[in-house]
Amino acid sequence: MKHLLGTQDLSKDDALRLLDTAYEFSAVAHRHVPKLPTLRGATMVNLFFEDSTRTRLSFEAAAKRLSADVMTFQAAGSSVSKGESLKDTAQTVEAMGADIIVMRHFSSGAAARLAHSGWIQAGVINAGDGTHEHPTQALLDAATLRDAVQDDPRGKDLAGLHVVIVGDIAHSRVARSNMWLLNTLGAKVTLVGPAELLPEGVADWPAEVMSDFDAALDSQPDAVMMLRMQNERQEGAPRVSLTHYVRDYSLSSARAARLSTHALVMHPGPMNRGVEIASSVADSAQSVILDQVRNGVSMRMAVLYELWGARS
Amino acid sequence: MTSYLITGASLLGAKTADIGISEGVFVDPKDVAGKRGTTTLDASGLVAFPGFVDLHTHLRQPGGEQAETILSGSQAAALGGFTAVHAMANTTPVADTAAATDAVWRWGIEAGYVDVRPVGAVTKNLGGSELAALSAMAAGHAQVRVFSDDGKCVHDSGLMREALRQASRHGAVIAQHAQDPQLTLGADMNDGALASSLGLTGWPTVAEESIIARDVLLAESVGARLHVCHLSSAGSVEVVAWAKKRGIAVTAEVTPHHLLLTEELVRGFDPVFKVNPPLRREEDVMALREGVASGVIDIVATDHAPHTPESKECAFPEAAFGMLGLETAFSVVLRALVEPGHLDMAGLARVLSVRPAQIGSLEGYEKPFAVGQPAHLALADVTAAAGTPHGSLSTNNPFESWDLPGQILHTFFAGTQTVLAGELVERESLGTNKGRRS
Repeated sequence: MKHLLGTQDLSKDDALRLLDTAYEFSAVAHRHVPKLPTLRGATMVNLFFEDSTRTRLSFEAAAKRLSADVMTFQAAGSSVSKGESLKDTAQTVEAMGADIIVMRHFSSGAAARLAHSGWIQAGVINAGDGTHEHPTQALLDAATLRDAVQDDPRGKDLAGLHVVIVGDIAHSRVARSNMWLLNTLGAKVTLVGPAELLPEGVADWPAEVMSDFDAALDSQPDAVMMLRMQNERQEGAPRVSLTHYVRDYSLSSARAARLSTHALVMHPGPMNRGVEIASSVADSAQSVILDQVRNGVSMRMAVLYELWGARS
Repeated sequence: MTSYLITGASLLGAKTADIGISEGVFVDPKDVAGKRGTTTLDASGLVAFPGFVDLHTHLRQPGGEQAETILSGSQAAALGGFTAVHAMANTTPVADTAAATDAVWRWGIEAGYVDVRPVGAVTKNLGGSELAALSAMAAGHAQVRVFSDDGKCVHDSGLMREALRQASRHGAVIAQHAQDPQLTLGADMNDGALASSLGLTGWPTVAEESIIARDVLLAESVGARLHVCHLSSAGSVEVVAWAKKRGIAVTAEVTPHHLLLTEELVRGFDPVFKVNPPLRREEDVMALREGVASGVIDIVATDHAPHTPESKECAFPEAAFGMLGLETAFSVVLRALVEPGHLDMAGLARVLSVRPAQIGSLEGYEKPFAVGQPAHLALADVTAAAGTPHGSLSTNNPFESWDLPGQILHTFFAGTQTVLAGELVERESLGTNKGRRS
C-alpha cells in the first residue's frame, strides 16, 4: 500500500492486515522502552493545513515508537499564508527528506491530489481532508470495537455488530470513513442526525439513515459513536439551533441509561461536553473514548509500517 | 490577395464540389481556375464546413495574459476551425465600457486569425448591482451585440429586466450565466450522492433551472430576446423547451464538455474536471444531446476557459473553474452528436456556425459557401484522429484521454488561410486582409 487516502476504496484484506498489525504494535506501549527500530532512517512529515493537535501528536507518537524521524509543518504562520501552493509546499518538504507525508487539509480530496499528481514520490497518509475522509480514525475505531468484542481479535471482522453514528453527518469525514470501513468489515451502520445535517443522496449510502435518535437507541446498538458539532464546516448560517440539537441528539445520561450494558460509547474527540455528549456519559464505564486514543497510536504505527514497507 | 481553388471537398458531407475564393469572398470556382495567382488546394476526402462561430470564449486579455491572449486564443480558435469568437467580458479590468470592448476588438484585428467579437458586461465590474453602459458599447466601433456577466449570474430580477429592455433596443441579446448564487455557495461539483461521498459541496441543478425559468418570463414580459449560456441539466432543457413552445424568444447553448463528460470524472479529484456549471450525470448528458437534436438547444459554444497551471495545481475546492474547448469542440461534436446520429454534417454546421452567428448578430454566415459571402471556411478530415491541442497558452484540456475523431486541416478566415495542413499559418504570412468585419 503506497498511500492511505480513504476507507471507501480500502479492501477488506488490507483493512484486516492493518488492524492485525496494529494489534501486535499495541503491545509495544506496555514495554519498559516503548520503541521499535522498524522505521529507523525514515522521515515522516506532519503537513497540517488545519489545526489538530491530537491527530498530529498521535502520528508523532506512532512515528517515534517506530524510531522514525519526525518533522512538523504547520500551515498557519508559514509560507502557505504567504500564498505558497500545495505543490510547492509538498515538494519542499520532500526535498527536506520526507519519505511519508501525513497531511491534514481543509479541502476534500487534497490527499488524493497530492498522492496522484506526480508532484512527489513520498507516501501520503490522509489525516483528514475537508469533509471527505479520515481513514486512520475509522481504522482506530474499528480496532477499538474489535478489541471490545473479541478476546483475540486477530483476523476477525466486525460482522454482526450494529454501530450508530450520531451528529452532523453532512460535514463529518469521520462518519464517512467509519461508514465505509464498518460496511467493509461486515458491521451494520445507522447514521443519525437532523435532516438538515444529512447529506444529499445519503439514501444511496450503505447505511440505515434516521433522524430519530431515540428510535435508533430502541434497536439496542452495540456501539454509539457521537460526532462533534462542526459549525465551522457549514456554508452560511448554522442549519440547526444548538438548543434543539442538544435536546434531540445529545447522548444524555437518560439516553445512555437505555443502552444495553455491553454497548460502547465512542467519540473521536475533541468532545464538546454538554453538547453532543453528557460529561457523566463520557466518563462512564461504557465509554471507550480513551481506548480510541490509545488505539490511535498503534493504528498509525501500523499504517506507517505498511507504507514504509511498500517503499523499501 | 491570394485566390484559391479548393477541389474535391464534400460540402457538409454531401455533394462534392469545387470552391473558389477571391478577394475574401466565395466566388464561382470557374472564375479562379487556371488564373495567375490562384493557389489550388486538393481537398478530396475532406468535408467543407462554414467557419465556426463561438458565442462563448474566454480570451483572458486584458489581465490574464499568462493563461491566454487574444492572439493565442485566436490561434487556438483557428486551429479548431473557428473564424469568429465572442470574447467574454470577465477580464481585468472588466469589459464594461465602450473603450474596453473596442480595445478587445482592435486587438482581435491585429491578431488577424479570427473575428474577435467582444461581449460587453451587463453590470459594472460584473458587480450585479448597476447596469454597465450597454448603449455606448453597442454604438462603439466594436458594435457589441452580446452582453453577458458570464462567470456570474445577473441575479437581481429588476436589473435583469432592465438589461433585457436596453439590449433589445440595440438589437442585442443578453447571454445569461444561469446560477442562483444563494443555492451554490462554495459549490464544487454536481449536487448529489457522489458530491456527498467525496465531501465536496454540491451545485444543484435547480440553481440553474430556476434562473432560466425566471429569465424566460422576464424576456417575455418585455418582449426581449434571451440567450442562455451553457445548459447543463435535463431540467434546463425542459424549461427552455417550454419557453420556446410558448413563443418566447429564447436561445440556448450547450458546451462540448457537457455533451460528453460526467461527474464520475471528479472521483479522482483532478481539478481539470472542475467547471462551472459542473459536469452532471449521464442522464443529463443524454438529455442535452437530445436537446440539440430536437432544436431546443440552438448551438454548441465552447466556454473555452484557459487557466495557468498554478490555478489548477491545488486541491479541487481551491482550483479555478473552467476547461479548454476551442481546439476540441469540433471533435467532441462529432463524437457526441454526429456519431450517435443526433446531427448530420449540415446540423453540425448549423450548431457551430450558422445559428451562433445569428444569435450574435454576426453577418456573413447566413449561407455557407454562397458566392459573394465572406470566405469563412473549415476543411476537415472527419475520419482522422483528432490531434493534440497546441494553440492555447494553457493546458487544462479535459479530453486528453479520449481518442476523439476529426481533424481540422485548413481554415480560411475571410479568404485568408489561417490554418494549413493542421498547422497555424504564421502571423507574418497571413494575407493582407486583416479581418475587418464583413
